[in-house]
Amino acid sequence: MTSSQGLHFKTVVLILIMISVAPLGDTFLGKGMKKVGGMTSWAPGDLFHFFFRAFTTGTVWIGIGLLIAFFIAYLVVLSWADYSYVQPASSASYVLIALLAHFVLRETISPLRWAGVAVICAGVFVVGHTHPQTPEHHSW
Amino acid sequence: MVTQAILYVLIVFVGTGGELCVSRAMKSIGEVTDFRPHAIARVVGRALALRRMWVGITLMAVAFFALLGMLSLAKVSFVFPSTALSYAAGALGGRFFLGERVTPQRWFGVLLVCIGVVLVFLGKG
Repeated sequence: MTSSQGLHFKTVVLILIMISVAPLGDTFLGKGMKKVGGMTSWAPGDLFHFFFRAFTTGTVWIGIGLLIAFFIAYLVVLSWADYSYVQPASSASYVLIALLAHFVLRETISPLRWAGVAVICAGVFVVGHTHPQTPEHHSW
Repeated sequence: MVTQAILYVLIVFVGTGGELCVSRAMKSIGEVTDFRPHAIARVVGRALALRRMWVGITLMAVAFFALLGMLSLAKVSFVFPSTALSYAAGALGGRFFLGERVTPQRWFGVLLVCIGVVLVFLGKG
């Protein structure tokens, strides 16, 4: 395996981990936040109670745990791959989010929204066929 | 509606700013080549010693709190796709803040992703 193939392989593996774990985490977060109830005020006291309820809900913590796993994979892949490659490529997770929202959370998803998911997949396919690391970098 | 708009701005712009900071910090550490758990833990430890990483984490934490607020008000299948603007912001940030060379093909992919997410937004059920 050449170094370029190796780079592609490890990038794809880590992005696959990211797009599997993040939607699960998002689904648990969504389920947990629905239990907590709607955020209705920006008053500091109300915000404190809102986030206190959120962080004492078990389902929210399962979601956070999964998102931490996502974040570690994300940090590792960003150590070599371009941000402008990783970010759109990881958007494939939208497909899983839509499926989980429909089948697990029982949300209604309109045909237009499914069409949107299909177009997102096309975009991900295009981005996925570019090289993950471009040579031109400068600091800021 | 105003609450959702504020939360949306925080998720998209503050979140993208945080991700750009994190990306810059990770590039300064260099490519990760050892995937054993202790080696990854060492990389995470080195990353957490960088000030830019903490700026990024702080911005991302603000965006996360906003996300929790948004999830309490709207459907999961709406919240995540509706933050599509972060893809355009991310590509622009990658190009102008990180100096990444975003190829025309990649711009086209980002454009498709954005169009798809707009359709998801319009298909709000």
